[in-house]
Amino acid sequence: MSEVLKIENIYKRFDELVVLEDVSLSVNVGEVIVIIGPSGCGKSTFLRCLNGLEEIQEGKVILDGEVINPVSKSTIKSREKLGMVFQNYDLFPHKTILQNLTLAPGVVQKRKRTETEEEAVNLLKRVGLENKKDNFPRQLSGGQKQRTAIARALIMHPEVLLLDEITAALDPEMVREVLQVVLDLAKEGRTMVIVTHEMEFAKAVADRIIFMDGGKIIEEGKPEDFFKAPKTERAQKFLQSFSY
Amino acid sequence: MNFEVISSYLPLYTEAFFLTIKIGWIGILIALSIGILGAFILHFNIPVLSIIVKVYVELFRNTPLLVQLFFIYFGLPKLGIVISVETCGAVGLGLLGGSYMTEAFRSGLEAVPVSQTESAQSLGFSKGQIFRCIILPQAFSISVPAVLANVIFLLKETSVFSAISLMDLMFTAKDLIGLYYNTTECLFLLVVFYIVMLLPVSYLGSFIEKKVRFAQFGD
Amino acid sequence: MIERLGFDVLFKGSNFIRLLEGLGIALRISIISVVISIVLGIVVGMLMTIKNPIIKAITRIYLEIVRIMPQMVLLFIVYFGATKSLGINLTAETASIIVFSFWGTAEMADLVRGSLISIPVIQYESSAALGLTKIQTYIYVIIPQTIRRLIPLSINLITRMIKTTSLVMMIGIVEVLKVGQQIIEANRKASPNAAFGVFATVFLLYFLACWPISQFSKYLEKRAI
Repeated sequence: MSEVLKIENIYKRFDELVVLEDVSLSVNVGEVIVIIGPSGCGKSTFLRCLNGLEEIQEGKVILDGEVINPVSKSTIKSREKLGMVFQNYDLFPHKTILQNLTLAPGVVQKRKRTETEEEAVNLLKRVGLENKKDNFPRQLSGGQKQRTAIARALIMHPEVLLLDEITAALDPEMVREVLQVVLDLAKEGRTMVIVTHEMEFAKAVADRIIFMDGGKIIEEGKPEDFFKAPKTERAQKFLQSFSY
Repeated sequence: MNFEVISSYLPLYTEAFFLTIKIGWIGILIALSIGILGAFILHFNIPVLSIIVKVYVELFRNTPLLVQLFFIYFGLPKLGIVISVETCGAVGLGLLGGSYMTEAFRSGLEAVPVSQTESAQSLGFSKGQIFRCIILPQAFSISVPAVLANVIFLLKETSVFSAISLMDLMFTAKDLIGLYYNTTECLFLLVVFYIVMLLPVSYLGSFIEKKVRFAQFGD
Repeated sequence: MIERLGFDVLFKGSNFIRLLEGLGIALRISIISVVISIVLGIVVGMLMTIKNPIIKAITRIYLEIVRIMPQMVLLFIVYFGATKSLGINLTAETASIIVFSFWGTAEMADLVRGSLISIPVIQYESSAALGLTKIQTYIYVIIPQTIRRLIPLSINLITRMIKTTSLVMMIGIVEVLKVGQQIIEANRKASPNAAFGVFATVFLLYFLACWPISQFSKYLEKRAI
């Protein structure tokens, strides 16, 4: 298996506060990595460091052999190779659903409109939203918005998809429709790094589970091993907090 | 009310009406240009210029138009800067309005959430592209209500022009009252012409506001 | 230099004091009007939240009149119109207080209405669920929340009122701008450039009266969020 994304010993500090401490990770092509951990453990920050939304103080992030964080002008372009979906969807409110998809490929990649529109419609079909293509984001439900956001990331043909707690802001009945889309993507062999609180989903989708706490990776392993018999005490405690 | 008097005054009022509208809208155009420029300077925090803009905004937002006009029209000639009464009206209104418009556009720019920038960044947009494609259109739509309110405010402020003897609606009314004492008719015409001038703008404003509400956030 | 720019007249006799007295008149008119506006505005604003079609229609027309009629026009209507058609002889100061309160009440009422309807329904519902009566709900829950938002906005109304008072010279009240004109007139020979110095001073006086108040209101607004 070939490696696509490599994170080497990164440190992230906000003034005195250490958020990430010596975190390293290697992501292979087609692999689905799920990061779990208690709130405030640094998992979201870690994801944001991967595509340079956060500065890092030490270490580096390497995509396809090219250093992309620390961010420099020449590497800013490769951000588009890392698709990211956020907790609060953050669709562009002034654009229709179709335009939300076609804006970035048109402006950033200078692709032809006819081509991107066709692809956008196909992607919307895949996430079940082709009939919403001329609506504005505010007319959609949370789940529909989040599916749009996933399609918007996909149209850039990213090599790796970063999903940051994409169901955390959704009503429970909408969680499934979004996670189903992610499961389908996993089946197709997409490379993904996912931060989530949905343990059942993590079990189902992950090739590898990363457990973080206190800004460090505490434990990693195959989902069947991790959920059945976590090795560290902290992971055991964390998993216990989900059962009644 | 004497309708003969009214019809005989009508041409005078009509003339004054068009003059008021002309100066008013030139002033508003100046205000919009200053506002956009000022907001950009503040948004990008351009050194020196942003301090000048801040001082300008505070000075003109905290003083009455009448005083500004008196200073420009009667004060500045003593420094050798002589301008016609009409230019003075337009410039004065433009400077006053510019300070309000700067605030309107600036708060529009500030109101676009950081997460919009981040999600655009993650799609590979450059800084310039983010500003042009993401921030600007949303900021524009957010500032529309404030800008429209300012336009109505500025059109109303034109009534102050009469104080520097610009032959606007207010001046005409005042002049005719002074000459012939037909107070009721003169004031009636004054009100009618101001309604004609502002009611359409007020309604058009609410219409435009509904049209450009695309950038509303939330569900 | 001071003489060339015409600032010298300010130091002659009691000229500067007279300017300040003029400003005092403007401030007096605006404070009286603001107090009236706030009191009436709260009442009208609460009326506006009542779902009665007649009250709604009346308040809408009222707000629209204030929205599109320049204060100067209202000033003329009240000062000259009332005398002429109603035979009431109003002093200029009374006329201006009536007009500014008419305007200020509308502004204040709209603010009060806005902050009342911005309180989520759940606040009323949870108060009711706790057994509070309607009046108790207003006293303990709703009003404290609206006041926090209203105070900065009403303070801001004061600066707008002060600025508007400059109009009263147009109906013959001798306030700061008029005093300025008189000083310039009286010193036409001795200091021909007085217009610059005097009007620059008036400009600055207005700024010094309004700026601290608007800064204070901005500060309160930030704290209220």
